[in-house]
Amino acid sequence: MSRKKLATVWLGGCSGCHMSLLDIDERILEVAKLADIVKCPVVDGKELPEVDITLVEGAVTSDEHLEEILHIRKQSKILVALGDCAVMTNVTGMRNYFELDDCLNTAYKTAISNDGQGEMPASPFVMHLNQKVVPLQEVVHVDHVIPGCPPDANTIFYVLSELLNNRIPDLSDVKKLHYG
Amino acid sequence: MDNNEKRTIRISPVTRIEGHARITIQLDEKGEVENAQFHVNEFRGFEKFCEGRMYTEMPVITPRICGICPISHSIASVKACEMIQGLEPSYTGDLLRRLIHLGQNISSHALSFFHLSSPDFLLGYDSDPALRNIIGVAQKFPDIAKRGIRLRQFGQEISERITGKKIHIMGIAPGGMAFPLSEENRQALQVWIPEAKMTVQTGISIIKKYMEENKEMVESFANSPSLYMGMVGPDGEGELYDGKLRFIDEEGNILQDQLDPARYLEFIAERSVEWSFLKYPYYRPLGFEKGFYRVGPLARLNVASRMKTTLAQQEFLEFKKIGNGKPVHGTFYFHYARLIEALCNVEEAEQLLANPAITSNDIQTHGRWNHPEGIGCCEAPRGTLFHHYKTDPSGKLISVNLLIATGQNNPSMNRSITEVARQYVKGSDVKEGMLNRVESAIRCYDPCLSCSTHAMGQMPMQVEVVDAEGKILYQVERG
Ligand code: SF4
Repeated sequence: MSRKKLATVWLGGCSGCHMSLLDIDERILEVAKLADIVKCPVVDGKELPEVDITLVEGAVTSDEHLEEILHIRKQSKILVALGDCAVMTNVTGMRNYFELDDCLNTAYKTAISNDGQGEMPASPFVMHLNQKVVPLQEVVHVDHVIPGCPPDANTIFYVLSELLNNRIPDLSDVKKLHYG
Repeated sequence: MDNNEKRTIRISPVTRIEGHARITIQLDEKGEVENAQFHVNEFRGFEKFCEGRMYTEMPVITPRICGICPISHSIASVKACEMIQGLEPSYTGDLLRRLIHLGQNISSHALSFFHLSSPDFLLGYDSDPALRNIIGVAQKFPDIAKRGIRLRQFGQEISERITGKKIHIMGIAPGGMAFPLSEENRQALQVWIPEAKMTVQTGISIIKKYMEENKEMVESFANSPSLYMGMVGPDGEGELYDGKLRFIDEEGNILQDQLDPARYLEFIAERSVEWSFLKYPYYRPLGFEKGFYRVGPLARLNVASRMKTTLAQQEFLEFKKIGNGKPVHGTFYFHYARLIEALCNVEEAEQLLANPAITSNDIQTHGRWNHPEGIGCCEAPRGTLFHHYKTDPSGKLISVNLLIATGQNNPSMNRSITEVARQYVKGSDVKEGMLNRVESAIRCYDPCLSCSTHAMGQMPMQVEVVDAEGKILYQVERG
């Protein structure tokens, strides 16, 4: 079997899904036997080459995320939405019930610890936030979803090992899935 | 000179840190580094969207700010709730929360050192970027990598053994804990202690060897003085879970001591800036220009008079020698400080696990909504964390203010990268290893950007040197 290329990407999430991925502990070395981890928040590769599998944590919250997920889709044979934020926006999407400007004002203008002399983040070097946070499947085709906040490490390892061995993961067994 | 005339170097994203960020280095016409800016790109809006919810939901919602230090959020949050309820946690509930909090600190420090930073020390800053990671370490030093992974696992397992989950746990509730620790699980955790101690000590010997062999770099690496803040216990001992605040100045004089965290607004203010989603907090009495202070492991060791446990205290005395009685300012020493703290955490966990009360079922006290306002504080792995809630007469939140650890290091991170850029980037001569050093200045702080904006970027790493007409003279890409 040929070695696979694996990427993991972090969009609008809390990194908890990546931490749960790290919770597979030493089994990460088993994954490294089957695949090169070419991009991941804990390695140095910065550009996404063509890959077999990409796990994506988090929802799409900004122009940068959108651009990125479109690029990921182009580069990846299999795209996996990792965790509730990627699957259905979850906590990242809780701001959707409010106007974006209200959210920004609360943080950058009216917060009680602010000194009142600041500026809104708006330089060309910062991203442009979208009005609404959307889950991955709203903008790209998603091949597999792993729900959970975060998904349990055993479930993530199961999905990864199935995909790396050219099998389709079966998450219909409820024991692998749980809320919260 | 306006912006167009400046040459700009951009590093995007910053890798092997926990967050979404990018760095721009601006060169002046002579090709000297003029300025560096650290841009944090993420925003989630917790302060707003929590409004209107019941305050009691917060210990479960706010951990989703950050998957690396969720326990600290739960704890700061639950303390704010307890202030609202006029309630103290039960003795055992308090012990269990302390234990879980230590577990998180151990796993976060293990991640920062073994997974993210040790590749630089063990493989070299200029080694092959494709292997400069924990898996590369595992190929060359399998034993070290495995033990680092297992140290993190130990920390995570503490949460799991008590609450059934490793990340975003349920069960830290006003009044104490919702789950007890069983005797079986207590024993299962206890057997980890000797190995965990040994692994932290291995980490300490790696960093000491590196510091010994790279003295000049270590000492000169982003070493400007700053103020420091951290939590201390009643005798000035380093404390993470529950204590009072101490501020010291750059000479080590105590500016404020035994400060009740509920008074944080008197001492800390923040300013938002145009070029980052991360705000700039400062020590209010000295103002925005002069008041920048640092938090986190280096700060905590600088403010502390001693450590709580024997082995950590021995290391602490060695650490203090570096500064000759003055605070240690070199940013590189964050790594050393983090490991000394991890050692203390393991020893303290050992003590807690030996306390017969830890398996008691008396885990929660009960109370009701009594005060409209609550402020909770604890030390997250990266620094002091505050949650401040105001409620209406039905207990719904009307205002939420979150002051996050990494945020408080933002002004200093920015200054540190500017210093490192000045030292290592000369004109258009930009080598991969140099850029890695600029990034590693950031990594010293182990910033958790997920947290700080309650909010990492994935563009290819690009370095551009642009001439006065905006034409790209020189470009480096790292793939
Ligand atoms: S699903 Fe949960 S753990 Fe994963 S990124 Fe979202 S909030 Fe964090």
